[in-house]
Amino acid sequence: MLLNQLAHARTGDKGNIVTISLIAFRKEDFVLIEQKVTAARVAAHFAELIEGPVERYCLPQLGALNFVLRRSLSNTVTRSLAVDAHGKCLGSALLALEI
Amino acid sequence: MKTVRIGAGAGYSGDRIDPAVELAEKGDISYLIFECLAERTIAIAQEARLLDPSAGYDPLLEARMEAVLPLCVRQGIRIISNMGAANPRAAAAKTCEIARSLGLRGVRIAAVTGDDVVQQLRAGEEIVETPEGPLPPRDRWLSANAYLGVASILDALRSGADVILTGRVADPALFLAPLIHEFGWALDDWNLLGQGTVVGHLLECAGQLTGGYFADPGYKDVPDLAHLGFPIAEVSSEGSAILSKVEGSGGLLSCATCTEQLLYEIQNPSAYYTPDVVADFSHVSFEEIGPNRVRVSGGAGVVRPSSFKVSVGYRDGYIGEGQISYAGPNALARAELAHSILAERLASHPFSELRFDFIGLNSIHGPRLSKDAPTPYEIRLRAAGRAASSATAGSIAREVEALYTNGPAGGGGAFGSTREIVAIISALIPQESICHEITMLES
Repeated sequence: MLLNQLAHARTGDKGNIVTISLIAFRKEDFVLIEQKVTAARVAAHFAELIEGPVERYCLPQLGALNFVLRRSLSNTVTRSLAVDAHGKCLGSALLALEI
Repeated sequence: MKTVRIGAGAGYSGDRIDPAVELAEKGDISYLIFECLAERTIAIAQEARLLDPSAGYDPLLEARMEAVLPLCVRQGIRIISNMGAANPRAAAAKTCEIARSLGLRGVRIAAVTGDDVVQQLRAGEEIVETPEGPLPPRDRWLSANAYLGVASILDALRSGADVILTGRVADPALFLAPLIHEFGWALDDWNLLGQGTVVGHLLECAGQLTGGYFADPGYKDVPDLAHLGFPIAEVSSEGSAILSKVEGSGGLLSCATCTEQLLYEIQNPSAYYTPDVVADFSHVSFEEIGPNRVRVSGGAGVVRPSSFKVSVGYRDGYIGEGQISYAGPNALARAELAHSILAERLASHPFSELRFDFIGLNSIHGPRLSKDAPTPYEIRLRAAGRAASSATAGSIAREVEALYTNGPAGGGGAFGSTREIVAIISALIPQESICHEITMLES
């Protein structure tokens, strides 16, 4: 199944950094999400869109993970040539991950 | 226990005004906060001020003040906003003029200045660190603004200001300052400041807490999004808060909307840096205590950083863009032909980066993540490039338009634009090199 059946996400940006929160619809699914959606897997999913490793923070009381991704320095909101210059749609791509 | 009710009237410069009016009318609030400064908004405002010394404040300041000032003055609701942008004194003068024209006398309007440090930096003010790499040459700088903390707003509140207009301040400080003022919190009670920062962070994007940027039909449904209501925080003196919105307004306030907003633009949830406190969001929890009513608690904090963040805005060349659509049978093949023609025609121009997208196919997430997408009926080809000169950037719009008579069959809806890039880079300077100033006007 796709991750969007289990969780929702919101994307934010600061400079070349993109943050994605991933929040379980039901708290009981959090353990599975925490186990399957590792920082390494997220880094591989976004391989051609980001640079370097992904950081992951766990907030079990909220059933939430928080990911920090880095884009290249030419890919900040002010300099990016992308249609989605902020990278705001990246959270939706994360929800397409197969679980 | 004493509580204070604070409403969020805007989450960005262009935000909708009706929900702010609704809050002023029916929110039973004591403070109405408008957060209107994105990272580069102030650099763009500084450009406007260079052309006209009385400009450089928020473009919607007048419309907002005309809409809410009579309601706020009548009920004693104090307004705090960073709509001063690059020119808080001019914003205060304009607000004073609006108050008088509405027949509102004796309204005290404070302008907070001191965030603009471009002269200090040009004169060689000490820079502690440039975390995003070296600063660009000074002749390209447009602005340099420090993120001020609560101190400047507190001074204005103590002076009895009804309306406080700032330039760059840390967004949560707009909300934290009235809490400190009302409850007499100590400026080194890091846990209380951390809790107040949680409230400020949750409210600063206004509608993003109450169901905006949340709806996903069938998965996350939000009722009556067309009439989205903005949030209210009823904060207690020990720092927890009940989040709500005006009864009957549209939107949704739930643990899910709150969790999305708590983590919005946050990197390490244990260390959210502001000029007033390093806040810890990692143990925050939410509890739904009624329909569209959520209790938030568990924020904490540790001692504030010793330096202020400064955003330097600078000119960074130009971006040119052009788009054209192809539709019907074989649309993708014609768009691909147009792409190869454009790539050849633009090859001789000195672009530092050039990019082509097939909108509707894979422009957002790239070919690999979009590989299962079906070929659409219509495709919009987009070309974008970055260049040092406006003339080079402008060649994209011209070459895309020329695809009408010099390109594949059936192109339509060509559109192009060229814009200057105002980029932002940050630096850290010592706290003690900043001093704020209050200018008070009375209508």
